[in-house]
Amino acid sequence: MSQAIIDLQHLAKKFGNQTVLKDINLTVNPGEIVGLIGPSGAGKSTVIKVTLGMEVTSGGSAKVFGTVMPNRQLLGRIGYMAQTDALYDTLTGRENLKFYGLMKGIAKADMTREVDYVAKVVDLTADLNKRVSGYSGGMMRRLSLAIALLGKPDLLILDEPTVGIDPALRRQIWAELGRIRDEGRSILITTHVMDEAELCGRVALLLDGKVMAFDAPAALEQQYQVKTIEDVFLKAEGVE
Amino acid sequence: MRTIGIMNRVLKELFRDKRTLALMFLAPILIMLLMSVIFNTNSSTDVSIGTISVSHKLNQQMADIKHVTVKTYDTKSAAKKALKNEKIDAIVKKNGSNYSLTYANTDSTKTATVKLAFKNALTATSINQLKSALTKSTKATVKLQAQLQAIQKQQAAATASAKAGSAATAAQQATSTKATSTTMATKSTSQKTPKITNHYVYGDKDTGYFAKMLPILMGFFVFFFVFLISGMALLKERTTGTLDRLLATPVKRSSIVFGYMLSYGVLAVIQTILIVLVTVWLLGIEVVGNMASVIVINLILALVALAFGILLSTFANSEFQMMQFIPLVIVPQVFFSGIIPLDSMAAWVKDISYIIPIKYAGDAVTDIIMRGTSIWHLGFDIGILLIFLVVLTVLNIVGLKRYRKV
Ligand SMILES: Nc1ncnc2c1ncn2[C@@H]1O[C@H](COP(=O)(O)OP(=O)(O)OP(=O)(O)O)[C@@H](O)[C@H]1O
Ligand SMILES: [Mg+2]
Repeated sequence: MSQAIIDLQHLAKKFGNQTVLKDINLTVNPGEIVGLIGPSGAGKSTVIKVTLGMEVTSGGSAKVFGTVMPNRQLLGRIGYMAQTDALYDTLTGRENLKFYGLMKGIAKADMTREVDYVAKVVDLTADLNKRVSGYSGGMMRRLSLAIALLGKPDLLILDEPTVGIDPALRRQIWAELGRIRDEGRSILITTHVMDEAELCGRVALLLDGKVMAFDAPAALEQQYQVKTIEDVFLKAEGVE
Repeated sequence: MRTIGIMNRVLKELFRDKRTLALMFLAPILIMLLMSVIFNTNSSTDVSIGTISVSHKLNQQMADIKHVTVKTYDTKSAAKKALKNEKIDAIVKKNGSNYSLTYANTDSTKTATVKLAFKNALTATSINQLKSALTKSTKATVKLQAQLQAIQKQQAAATASAKAGSAATAAQQATSTKATSTTMATKSTSQKTPKITNHYVYGDKDTGYFAKMLPILMGFFVFFFVFLISGMALLKERTTGTLDRLLATPVKRSSIVFGYMLSYGVLAVIQTILIVLVTVWLLGIEVVGNMASVIVINLILALVALAFGILLSTFANSEFQMMQFIPLVIVPQVFFSGIIPLDSMAAWVKDISYIIPIKYAGDAVTDIIMRGTSIWHLGFDIGILLIFLVVLTVLNIVGLKRYRKV
């Protein structure tokens, strides 16, 4: 069996007195999309931040590519999209892409090709030379996703990437995520859209600081004896 | 490489924010123009001098000078009262042959005017005295010669008479005595240079002057704007999440700090050049030393301000909270920067000034601008500034660990 790309074991995280994560066990294998769902404030973003090494664990271990995080060099192989857009709004879309590309360590020679490619994926080619301050909310979200896609990272960590994106474009983006998976790259994605959860290889349900259930969508539906992941979510949360 | 990338990005952002740029470059010019107008136009101001037991001639001489009026007082207390009530700007008192001058010194230009007026008047008076003494002694010599001739005649006319002879000797003696005293009078007039002592009700001889303030002012502008704008910029990076995202790439923490330093360094150099050009060309202030040295000092100060701004921005959660650092950080710096003379303050107050970066930059730039000191002789001031810089920079690089643990 090939080594897991993300391997979280008994992960715990406290902010002061508040225990956000108690016992998180989660793996992401090569060529797999793992969905992380859970109610607002459950700690999905916190899991991601610990995985990236932006927060240290209070207990347990977080390994990415078999290396204990935090590790600066590994960040070059991860494409991260935060829940907030995190863009420089006085710069144009292209300037944003180029800047983050440079920070990720993309070679100058490949830059233009990379920028043009990711812009096409998120359908921003026509607006690339506009300043971000003139973008709509959805456009900003797409640019933010494009930045995460830069440099063909082996691992994509996306925190609610499709918020504010219209259905047609959402489908286009998921098609691209599917292609990335088929290339053998891995994706960890959080979402509140349950149709998207159905598209993941496996879904982790985060509740009370624990991973309550972690399996393929169909297996989860069987386990909870419901028809959709949405019902799984509601049943697990205790909402009838 | 990444450092340069960050520098380019920060500069790009800065140069697109036209308003902030205008603030950085135009505000200092405007303020300096205003200050120079305020501090320099009253150089032809009217002053009135109160005098006590000063000779009529000297009073007359001073009153003859343009913009100067003279009031005579009988007692010192009356004059002091007038000085306190701002009726007069200075008191001139004669003690024996010496003079004691007391200035209100609330307006340094007035003090300067009084000093000049008194000096000129005194010189003019002593020249007049010399002249009159000279004419007197010349007259005396002429008289003496006439007397001598008369005596010789008398002697020739009455050689036989012993009585007449003794009378002539007495006359000769009297005349010669008179001549000696005249010589002595001439001598004492020419040798007498009266001692002048200056007293200041407020401050000292170094108080004020736009030229004196300028080097500190320059440092202040650089510090203030770089501190505020860089602090705000980093705060914005933090609150919009771009800092997190930046730190989610393999960029080194030090690259971020150095990238900011380079970009704000560029900005500070432009700002300093602009300020120096304005002071030299528009305000006509003389820069004795090397202008490049002035720029170097201000560059170091700007980097200190930047490091300070970045550090303090981590303690602010909004731009308004960043503004709250102005009265806490900037205003005290102005007080202790040397704009206000510290010599007369308590020792512990003076000690505070040793932790004020603007003071060191101000001292160094003052030396360069006013005394033409070479930058190589300002090792102390530069050294202290560099210590500030290194310590704050290290703190910043370590402080970024709050946002990424490696
Ligand atoms: N830096 C922090 N300091 C203190 N508490 C924090 C911090 N970050 C997150 N928390 C707390 O941790 C909990 C989980 O937050 P998190 O952002 O991980 O939730 P989430 O599952 O991503 O929610 P959402 O779906 O709304 O994005 C929240 O209660 C939040 O208040
Ligand atoms: Mg979240």
